[in-house]
Amino acid sequence: MSAGNALTRSAPWRGTAWAMGKLGISGRTLVIAIPMLWLLVFFLAPFFVLGRISLAEAIIARPPYTPLFERGPDGSLQIIASLENYRFLLEDALYRNAYLSSIRIALVSTIFALLIGYPIAYYIARAPEPKRSLLLLMVILPFWTSFLLRVYAWMGFLRSNGVINNTLISLGLIDSPIQMMQTDFAVYIGIVYTYLPFMILPLYANLTKLDGALLEAAADLGASPMVTFFTVTLPLSLPGIVAGSMLVFIPAIGEYVIPALLGGPDTLMIGRVLWDEFFGSRDWPVASAVAIVMLFLVVAPIMWLQSVQNRREEG
Amino acid sequence: MRGWFLPLAVVLGFVFLYAPIVSLVVFSFNDSRLVTVWGGVSTRWYGELLRDRQIINAAWISLQVAFYSATLATIIGTLGAFVLTRFSKFTGRLVLTAMITAPLVMPEVITGLSLLLLFVSMEQMVGWPAGRGMPTVVIAHTTFCAAFVAVIAQSRLRSMDDSLEEAARDLGAGPVRVFFDVTLPVIAPALVAGWLLAFTLSLDDLVIASFVSGPGASTLPMVIFSKIRLGVSPDVNALATIIIGFVLIAVVIAGWLMRRAMRKGL
Repeated sequence: MSAGNALTRSAPWRGTAWAMGKLGISGRTLVIAIPMLWLLVFFLAPFFVLGRISLAEAIIARPPYTPLFERGPDGSLQIIASLENYRFLLEDALYRNAYLSSIRIALVSTIFALLIGYPIAYYIARAPEPKRSLLLLMVILPFWTSFLLRVYAWMGFLRSNGVINNTLISLGLIDSPIQMMQTDFAVYIGIVYTYLPFMILPLYANLTKLDGALLEAAADLGASPMVTFFTVTLPLSLPGIVAGSMLVFIPAIGEYVIPALLGGPDTLMIGRVLWDEFFGSRDWPVASAVAIVMLFLVVAPIMWLQSVQNRREEG
Repeated sequence: MRGWFLPLAVVLGFVFLYAPIVSLVVFSFNDSRLVTVWGGVSTRWYGELLRDRQIINAAWISLQVAFYSATLATIIGTLGAFVLTRFSKFTGRLVLTAMITAPLVMPEVITGLSLLLLFVSMEQMVGWPAGRGMPTVVIAHTTFCAAFVAVIAQSRLRSMDDSLEEAARDLGAGPVRVFFDVTLPVIAPALVAGWLLAFTLSLDDLVIASFVSGPGASTLPMVIFSKIRLGVSPDVNALATIIIGFVLIAVVIAGWLMRRAMRKGL
């Protein structure tokens, strides 16, 4: 007897089905309701809570913010909500700078990832079969080890008595160690290193689809390999470039761990500001306001861009 | 120029990818406490790691959280993907489509903070969840992992041959039997891949867990983070080497299984 048959004939199943029939709930409704309710409660509802607490004020209590409703002296219900936290974000240059510098750091890292990832993706796409799978596996392999430990590996590499400085000093190339840890440079390296597979895989997927006849035609018509690359291959791989860049840029912008471990005290990134506001200053309402602004400035444009792209693909 | 440029760029790229990992492994066998100064071969950090109750406990908590989250995420993600690919019209279809993919682009700090605030408000209003710990971490991980499972399951459900399900229906099978006897076996490999991805994502998460976890439920990344925040520490190198070893063994086994399956198929 098949699994499905055994299930539909079992007593608990029949009992549930009977009860649901009595209540007027169809199986279809139930199947829709499970993922729907889970996501409404644990994905959508949190944003309303976030919005509501961003309008509160920090107090020393448990939980550390003012309630939304309060009984007035005459017993009437009063709503306490203010845009004070948002005004604070606007006025304090720290937050504006953090937003701008997150975008800058994510952008620079994305460009570096593209420059490093493109030749690798191109080479793999052109490689013959057994070699191709092996190289592809070698690109993905580091991704399966822990993210935190890959960032940690760079700490050992970039420290002033780390592997790079020790090697350069023992070769006599430099006298004193170069400061690499706690700089923006270290953050770029960390982001590029962590997200490089996300750049290479879409590029590879795009470049394998490239029609070799086009390259041959260009060569037959007298184009040098360089000209062929810039006039044929590069424009045709644009969708891969866009997809890979998005996959690096989006997570890089909200990154907390990499700037916290590799960056210096002046490496400003919005994810880190939010974290410090919450865990350091314990100011939940301001942290919520930072998150709401981040949601509108960063996440909303990305989702809009994605829906436009999806529609274009469907159309 | 093309002759040497491309291979050189590729070799440098792979050196960039692997050099830090190789040095991590090499220095885990270093006797010196200064992680990057060689002091002779030793396995003392492995011994210290195994005696570290905090790390062992955290690893056990992480494995449990990852197991429960991956399982729940597979159920919810698969149901979501099934509903979106098989039911063309229902109330809230647009909302579900948006909600199931949005966690993919949501910064972790926002997911973590907003879920924590939800748990705190729920505790105030309905008294559940009382405090935070493993259950809240499982709920949080399930929510963001379900999105990844849904993407994988959706692409498999779309590419699946409809006529199989149709034939089963024509032969008189009800929707439940069609799902369990036809759809599920066909999409099972994709679900296994989804479960494994969810398991890895949950094991790897630091930011969301830091927000929603409570006392006594520190996950492994949380413990590692608090250790390495203050600088490099050789027992973390030993831990990294063990994890890399596990991954390598898993890859070799998976490769061997795939090759065997392919030979059988031929």
